[in-house]
Amino acid sequence: MKFDLETVRGIAELAKLELTEDEIATYAGQLAHILTYFEHLQELDTSQIEPTASVLPFTNVMRKDVAQPALDPSEVIANAPDSDANQFRVSAVLPE
Amino acid sequence: MSDWKTIIGLEVHAELLTESKMFSPCPVVDSVEAAPNTAVDPLSLGLPGTLPVVNMQAVEYAMMVGLALNCEIPPVNQFARKSYFYPDLPKGFQISQYDRPLAVNGYIDIALDGETKRIRVRRAHLEEDTGKLTHEGDGSSLVDYNRAGVPLLEIVSEPDIFSSAEAEAYSRKLRALLQYLGVNHGDMSKGVLRFEANVSVMHKDDTAFRTRREIKNLNSIRSMVRAIDAEVAWQIRQYESGGAVTPATLGWDEAGGKIVVQRYKERADEYRYFPEPDIPVIEVSRDWVEEVRAHLPELPDAKVVRYTADYGVTDYEARRLVEDRAIADFFEAMLAEGAPAKQAVNWMLGGLFRTMNEANVGYDEIGRIRITPAMLAELIALVQAGTINNTTANTLLSHMWESGQMPSALVKQLGLEQVSDTGVLRETIETVLNANPDMVAGYLAGKDKLIKALMGQCMAALKGKGNPQAVTDLLAEALEARRQ
Repeated sequence: MKFDLETVRGIAELAKLELTEDEIATYAGQLAHILTYFEHLQELDTSQIEPTASVLPFTNVMRKDVAQPALDPSEVIANAPDSDANQFRVSAVLPE
Repeated sequence: MSDWKTIIGLEVHAELLTESKMFSPCPVVDSVEAAPNTAVDPLSLGLPGTLPVVNMQAVEYAMMVGLALNCEIPPVNQFARKSYFYPDLPKGFQISQYDRPLAVNGYIDIALDGETKRIRVRRAHLEEDTGKLTHEGDGSSLVDYNRAGVPLLEIVSEPDIFSSAEAEAYSRKLRALLQYLGVNHGDMSKGVLRFEANVSVMHKDDTAFRTRREIKNLNSIRSMVRAIDAEVAWQIRQYESGGAVTPATLGWDEAGGKIVVQRYKERADEYRYFPEPDIPVIEVSRDWVEEVRAHLPELPDAKVVRYTADYGVTDYEARRLVEDRAIADFFEAMLAEGAPAKQAVNWMLGGLFRTMNEANVGYDEIGRIRITPAMLAELIALVQAGTINNTTANTLLSHMWESGQMPSALVKQLGLEQVSDTGVLRETIETVLNANPDMVAGYLAGKDKLIKALMGQCMAALKGKGNPQAVTDLLAEALEARRQ
């Protein structure tokens, strides 16, 4: 399985990772290796097995629409690196 | 005729009116009114170790909408993780639905210029709303997670909408449906209902769609119409001047009346969806679907049929009555108070709507005004009993609007009873005729129209309270008596 550098750059961007050229080359090799392993898995005959998103034998796990008390705002922001009047302060997302 | 055709697809996000959030028992509050971060739990914060559990009420509300939109409800639906890298959802993903949505292949019929057009609905799926970001303008933003995790239904149309007028009709109909179902208040200014328009244009010689741009942040239907018109005009100008249109996300500046580019999309959005491993699939049995269907309230289209068939109102009147659930409720409450349908419609769409217009109150607020269905029904009853005439009734309406008092009480208080006493009427008529000998002579000489002027004088002398039929009859009688 080949993994080109452009694909690694694309994945890094989606994952919001800043990588050096050296790292990109390293990960291209590692990811190719991992995918080769998955190719081995694909050799297994799974034609008789139903596709599933979960290994657990559950469906329809739901709850009634009943509200329980919320956290106190001071607890909500207790771990915030920066806050202001019970709100989290973060770097601006859309440049104004 | 223009060489260009407009192509619009609408995405509508509707918060569902549940008590608790989509995946946790955290309370849902009015995110405009509530103090920041007062309705937040560990799930809303995306803390490690939390486990989402689906709110069954949200699923049933979504099914109701799906059924009202004539959708199929597939036997299995499934949640999926959508990569999301903004701080208004702190998990780094949004739980949504991807390839197995809750409802598919529906439609909405819209009425425009007397014609009915079908707009296909591609799908409706459940997801969680995001928190609210307030941009501080100093390079930072404040985050309030009250709204994060509120059940959100996304309803996606096919690109079957060919003008801003059709987009408006579709949006109004959809908003009305959500209100009738009781799953959303339809208040766009509070952001509980949000529209996004994907807009492109097509030349008459085109065989495929052109590039579309997406307009977000539309906080009223009026804004949406203006934004679509501006965007269509811009795209056509761009192509005709030899320019290009590149994919972009746009905002609408209501004050400036212009489109604002938020960001250009260099590549197609890549959300890396995968099945949500923490939420088992939801199997929707046909029994469940039928049970939900059986509990659907009467919807606008059905009301139009019933109103026209049972109450003899016109199709146009019926459509105005059902445009908003509050209006239809008001009408039906008047019928329950014993008002005859035809008069109820006339007084609602006539006098009452005019009064609301003058006071700058939207028709959708009809449930919150001082005039109640019982008051308007009594007003009609007073006219029919001959206690007051139509002119007095219209005057009373403005008194009712101001005071919120029953018309019968106001009639007594203001001394507005209609004068039907023949003696009083005869006396007034004689006075008027004696004061206007020229007009009487003219009438008797064949100028029939003068009777109207005399009638007006009599009614004025009676301060508008004369029983019109009685005055007409007695006036004609008095004039005839003068021929001898």
